[in-house]
Amino acid sequence: MADAQPAPSIDTPPLVQVDQLKKHFPIRQGLIIEREIGSVKAVDGISFSIQRGETLGLVGESGCGKTTAGRTILGLYPMTAGKVLITGISLENATKEQMKLFRRKAQIIFQDPYASLNPRWTVSAIIGEPLRVHNLLPNEKARDERVHELMLKVGLSPRLINRFPHEFSGGQRQRIGVARALAVNPLFIVCDEPISALDVSIQAQVVNLLEELQDEFTLTYLFIAHDLSMVRHICDRVAVMYLGIIVELAERNELYENPLHPYTQALLSAVPIPDPKKDRERRRVILSGEIPSPINPPSGCRFHTRCPVAIEQCKLDVPEWREITPGHWTACHLVTNQ
Amino acid sequence: MNQERILEVNDLCTRFHIAEGTVYAVNGISFHLNHGETIAVVGESGCGKSVTMMSVMRLIPIPPGEIASGQAFYEGRDLLKLSESEMEDIRGKDIAMVFQDPMTAFNPVLTVGRQLGEPLRVHLGMNKEEINQRSIELLEQVGISDPAQHLVDYPHQFSGGMRQRAMIAMALSCSPSILIADEPTTALDVTIQAQIVELVLRIRQQMNMAVIWITHDLGVVAEIAERVLVMYAGFIVEEAPVDDLYENPRHPYTQALLAALPRVDRRRDKRLQSIPGAPPNLLVAPKGCPFMQRCQFAFDRCRDEMPPLFQVGLNHQAACWLDVTTGMER
Amino acid sequence: MKNVAESALQQPKPGIPVLSPDELETPPLSLGQLTWRRFRRHRMAIFGTVVLFLIVIYAFGGMLVFSEADANRTETGNSLQPPSWEHPYGTDTIGRDILARTIYGGQISIIIGITAMLVELILGVSIGALAGYFGGKLDSILMRTTEAMLVIPQIFLLLVIARYFAQSIPNIKLMGRTFSGSVLVIIFVIGITSWPYLARIVRAQFLSVKENDFILAARATGTSTRDIIFRHILPNSSAPIIVSATLSVAAAITLEAYISFLGLGVRPPTATWGNMLEGAYNYIETAWWLWFFPGLLIALTVLSINFLGDGLRDALDPHSRAV
Repeated sequence: MADAQPAPSIDTPPLVQVDQLKKHFPIRQGLIIEREIGSVKAVDGISFSIQRGETLGLVGESGCGKTTAGRTILGLYPMTAGKVLITGISLENATKEQMKLFRRKAQIIFQDPYASLNPRWTVSAIIGEPLRVHNLLPNEKARDERVHELMLKVGLSPRLINRFPHEFSGGQRQRIGVARALAVNPLFIVCDEPISALDVSIQAQVVNLLEELQDEFTLTYLFIAHDLSMVRHICDRVAVMYLGIIVELAERNELYENPLHPYTQALLSAVPIPDPKKDRERRRVILSGEIPSPINPPSGCRFHTRCPVAIEQCKLDVPEWREITPGHWTACHLVTNQ
Repeated sequence: MNQERILEVNDLCTRFHIAEGTVYAVNGISFHLNHGETIAVVGESGCGKSVTMMSVMRLIPIPPGEIASGQAFYEGRDLLKLSESEMEDIRGKDIAMVFQDPMTAFNPVLTVGRQLGEPLRVHLGMNKEEINQRSIELLEQVGISDPAQHLVDYPHQFSGGMRQRAMIAMALSCSPSILIADEPTTALDVTIQAQIVELVLRIRQQMNMAVIWITHDLGVVAEIAERVLVMYAGFIVEEAPVDDLYENPRHPYTQALLAALPRVDRRRDKRLQSIPGAPPNLLVAPKGCPFMQRCQFAFDRCRDEMPPLFQVGLNHQAACWLDVTTGMER
Repeated sequence: MKNVAESALQQPKPGIPVLSPDELETPPLSLGQLTWRRFRRHRMAIFGTVVLFLIVIYAFGGMLVFSEADANRTETGNSLQPPSWEHPYGTDTIGRDILARTIYGGQISIIIGITAMLVELILGVSIGALAGYFGGKLDSILMRTTEAMLVIPQIFLLLVIARYFAQSIPNIKLMGRTFSGSVLVIIFVIGITSWPYLARIVRAQFLSVKENDFILAARATGTSTRDIIFRHILPNSSAPIIVSATLSVAAAITLEAYISFLGLGVRPPTATWGNMLEGAYNYIETAWWLWFFPGLLIALTVLSINFLGDGLRDALDPHSRAV
């Protein structure tokens, strides 16, 4: 429901709750016996929550950890630290049964329409797999009917049910991926850059589909993307990631119209606007340098090495994550000092 | 050829002969480039924008490719008729190209310095000393700090943005009069993309170089282009000065494309207007307007005849049987 | 260029009202059909397949013309006769008809080739799959073992093992034929010394296929590990396995020829093309028909299998865009 603001329900707990999530990938070295000499701190302590029916955008550039975060939240990568609570199931110490239930409640759509479908399986098998794994329907006939229904829901002709992925276009394959995710009637779907690999004219088709489905089934989305224009369009709230942490989180219009963190400001100013007059008029913040390595993040505020307004304090102290105005959070010394 | 024009392409047709049949990649397009001008060629995947420029540069593998017809005049010579060695002389010196993936465009086993120096050595005949000095200057010009050190590095030691800058440095080394950039920032992060765009804008002014920027990103086009060519299924469907294109798109495809774009600077007002269907099959010889199947204004004539480019404004042309402002047929 | 093949299936016929873009008009081509089309274009592969087919008919169909007794009947008075109407391939040192022996010998050689390949397949795929999928310590142990086996020359291993065990197994009666138990030993020995090559290939495939998003999708669905290995990864690894298996049949036949030639393989009177060569060693110049026919058959078989394997490799390669 990207048109309306979600009703603030203080009483109902959020559907998704993530607390200080960390995911580090160890780097090992050694001939016979491998020792850990360091780690890639892909996700280094992020926290957020998502209400039912809401779409939270998670944006950032390559290497910021957003894709890792999405996968770790679904338990596809074991987490290094932190808590994840989705529909009441806590990932930390979930039993096998709980995990099975979890897999029905939380699903994922992938970025690459070519790698996310098994090239040897028919559409019927791909969309039907979740039904088979969870034994949701009594027999194959019932499963086929459900697959039929799902294909119609995502805008694919059911006549194609026995075709193979290579016979479809990128946009159609993404629809197959969406149908697969929907098969188990999930509550929460992680959309991991679902449109980045598609042509512009197809992106709008898929985004509209996701919104329609959200309206119909009251789905909750974590929308991971690097396309800030699309994120503004589809998300209710947006979190900005940099080098493994969230640097700003706000309601979408608030974030785009009043960005507080210098990185967010730079990011927004770098996004090209398809309007030459407006583009010429605006103020650009061009960042210098490259993204530091996540193996050794900079001290203090991670962004200080590239920040155009960094002060001495930024090198030394990690800025505190604070709510500056209601619903608008950021971690920046300059903002806090005001 | 017009004195102002540095490149003039007429009726270019390129095809590929593959197992499944013939791919009609470029179907009779004509355009020109003026001295020092920056044009953008924009379109989605399969529209023929890359193939067009590769054809002009004679980088299409023949077979399976075939430049079926056309001319490409550069400084009075038809590039499509020159011999391979004559083309080698022009590539890298007079007309330079920058590609999308700098990782594969660089040879991973040679140092950046060695590769950067190659055009200098081959085209300008410089000696080692001169090459070294010029290379350092070039790296500085593209904003790579500590250039002397980076000359001895290998491509994999550079980040994506730096590699693209090095690629641009290489392209600039012999001061070409035309730079063709084929999706140079598509694979880069948006902040790095901004750096590269800013770099090219600065350089083109310094060197009075004409630029052809190929992309699918209508945002980047707005930032960098003076004039825009919109391509679809191997045809140019609209051509206009940049402001005009965005304010007054006159081809249904351009209009639809702009309506399908979300905006970072505006509040959301309604659902995005998607374009139904998908691009046409290039294995079928084009008949009629290629956009017909997806066009909300299509009528009979569109199926039978491909519309030519009609003049719809100052320097503004659109290939459509319909005048989209009045609804009248031409 | 990707869009070409994709949109190939979306073009409605002109004149017919616009169909939904998902109404495909062309008949579906499964991956199998595409593979067959690519294979068809490979002329040497077709040639190889045809020749192989003929050889198989020769070896197994020949049973209808000659009986096993014919192959083993000795006529010492008739020994070392050059090819004639009565004995088209001549006779050997104790008067046995060479033509009949190549037929029955061919059966054994081919059976050895195929069954050794099967042993290798089971071992190689299992070990490679486990190592590739699970990684970590299991992978290290399995790979070090594999590498250790690769260090020892295969022929050497074969000879040593064959020498000690070839005698131990009694004759076998199967499908109306009686043959030496050493055949089983040879099959076994070739199989267990050949698996390392295949294991490495399988492991590499598993490592690569495992990284695809559709595997992650299967895990997100809750698919069991067993299903992921057998229903997801293995079908996508079939190409190199098929090619390797095909070529290993040729390798097995050749290996059998080596060790039989050295006298350590299948024991007479059971004929194989290999041990027929052994018998010919002392008569290379004087009785060419002793080695020529079995040698020719081995060469033709191995060559044909190699052509077939080449064709399969190209046909199964999803990246080849043969014109």
